[in-house]
Amino acid sequence: MGATNQVVTDGSLAFNRIGMVFPDGTEALRDISFTVDKGEFVTVVGPSGCGKSTLLKIASGLLEPTGGSVAVDRDHLGYVFQDATLLQWRTVRANVELFSELNDVPTAERRQLAREAIDLVGLKGFENHYPKSLSGGMKMRCSLARSLTLKPPVFLFDEPFGAVDEITREHLNSETQQLFQNEGFAGLFITHSISEAVFLSTKVLVMSARPGRIVAEFDIPFDYPRNPELRFDPDFAELSGRVSVELRGSHS
Amino acid sequence: MTTTDNQATEAPDPASTPGASRAAKASRAVLPPLGLGLALVGLWYYVSYIVLEDKRRFLLRPIHQVIKVGFMDADNRTEELQALWSSTRIALIGLSIAISIGFTLAIIMSQAKVVEKAIFPYMVTLQAIPILAVVPLISFWFGTGATSRIVVCVMISLFPIIVNTLFGLQSAEQGAHDLFTLHHASRMTRLRKLMFPAALPAIFAGLRISAGLSVIGAIVGDFFFGKGDAGIGQLLRRHASRLNGEELLASVILSSLLGVVVFGFFGWIQKRATGRWHDAISAEA
Ligand SMILES: Nc1ncnc2c1ncn2[C@@H]1O[C@H](COP(=O)(O)OP(=O)(O)O)[C@@H](O)[C@H]1O
Ligand SMILES: [Mg+2]
Repeated sequence: MGATNQVVTDGSLAFNRIGMVFPDGTEALRDISFTVDKGEFVTVVGPSGCGKSTLLKIASGLLEPTGGSVAVDRDHLGYVFQDATLLQWRTVRANVELFSELNDVPTAERRQLAREAIDLVGLKGFENHYPKSLSGGMKMRCSLARSLTLKPPVFLFDEPFGAVDEITREHLNSETQQLFQNEGFAGLFITHSISEAVFLSTKVLVMSARPGRIVAEFDIPFDYPRNPELRFDPDFAELSGRVSVELRGSHS
Repeated sequence: MTTTDNQATEAPDPASTPGASRAAKASRAVLPPLGLGLALVGLWYYVSYIVLEDKRRFLLRPIHQVIKVGFMDADNRTEELQALWSSTRIALIGLSIAISIGFTLAIIMSQAKVVEKAIFPYMVTLQAIPILAVVPLISFWFGTGATSRIVVCVMISLFPIIVNTLFGLQSAEQGAHDLFTLHHASRMTRLRKLMFPAALPAIFAGLRISAGLSVIGAIVGDFFFGKGDAGIGQLLRRHASRLNGEELLASVILSSLLGVVVFGFFGWIQKRATGRWHDAISAEA
């Protein structure tokens, strides 16, 4: 494969002229270049089917790009999917311990990492519950905790809150933003919600319809920590409006 | 998996509801089958005494007759119990062999699509062979004793184990597989920590079906191969040829009881193994 995966250690992620054409001829991505540095939270918004998930799969190594290269440290990559993908037969604790287990982390350390992560996402007290008894939002928290055990310098989010109700989503947005503040990872977030994008990010990228290209970039100037009320701020509305115009343009 | 991916139900576990409604629930579960059972007994007597004239009553003896002759008579009882034990042994051995072969084949097939495609048609073919057609071959190869009975039992009970286990092993979501891929899990780890646990509900569904079939298989095997100790199948054959109506019905009852016990046993294990995390479609034995 033409792609090289240089390992970088400063906790950042760089896409360099990524192109992706699937074997069936579908061109999903064309010439995508951008970086996410430590302290940055970059959100990509784009119409569905434009290649957003494909981009994260390439970042994580699940897919090889057909062009260009990615630089990222994959050993401690946080990555949550749209579905919580919890293992039904494992309790919350055992689910959160999964990655440590797969990476042969000793039991005591594994327990400790899981305990910390469970605390961080507010699932304390639910350690022994099975996924079937958790709400959609709690499952997502569990999924976040599972990735947090990796202490990820880079964290990928693929529309993680797309399936939860509005109120829960706002809670989870605030918590994600706190995690970003406290854990200090470089975040790359995918969503189709403009308000979620603007609320969370330091930068919003707008992707075009297939083949996905980056067509606009917005710096989001608001200070952290951000209150939920920020969503009703005129500046927030103005920025959201501009993103929305670009996004509509990208559909055609 | 039958669960949807989000919005879990937060409904309380049925087991945690208060005692009064539990009793109501139990009676709702017990009364309908009990009622039907009584109706069937009634129908049985009706046929025995009203439909059949005296000289044709041997076709369906009344129940109390069956119990008296089939189970209360010491000689008959000993004979029945020995046959029952013999058939149970064959069924258990046959089932164990079917499980070993079934698991092995399913695991091999789950590892590569081409292997699955190569093996599957032959399994379906094998499954489609009527046992009756191969009885002569089986006796030719394995004699007319216990080995042949076991072979028949395995042939009859194998298929559901393979199919269900394979289906179960393939049931883990792509997303879960991706997690294991991202963390460089070995084939063995993936099998042990992902595919096998995900397969458990389906495996047990297959086991319950196969367990029932293994009893049928053992009795069919007994029926054809009578060398050595006689199973229930031999008794059925003997009583039928002598027109021993009571003993014949007693043997039929015994064989179905054996099937029910085996089915229930696997249901119980299933509950122990997956009850806490899996919402099984409740099919109590
Ligand atoms: N394995 C694949 N083979 C062929 N086409 C694919 C494959 N995976 C995704 N695609 C196509 O690539 C496009 C981008 O998919 P995806 O990245 O999932 O979009 P998004 O996440 O933006 O909704 C879609 O049109 C999808 O149908
Ligand atoms: Mg997607």
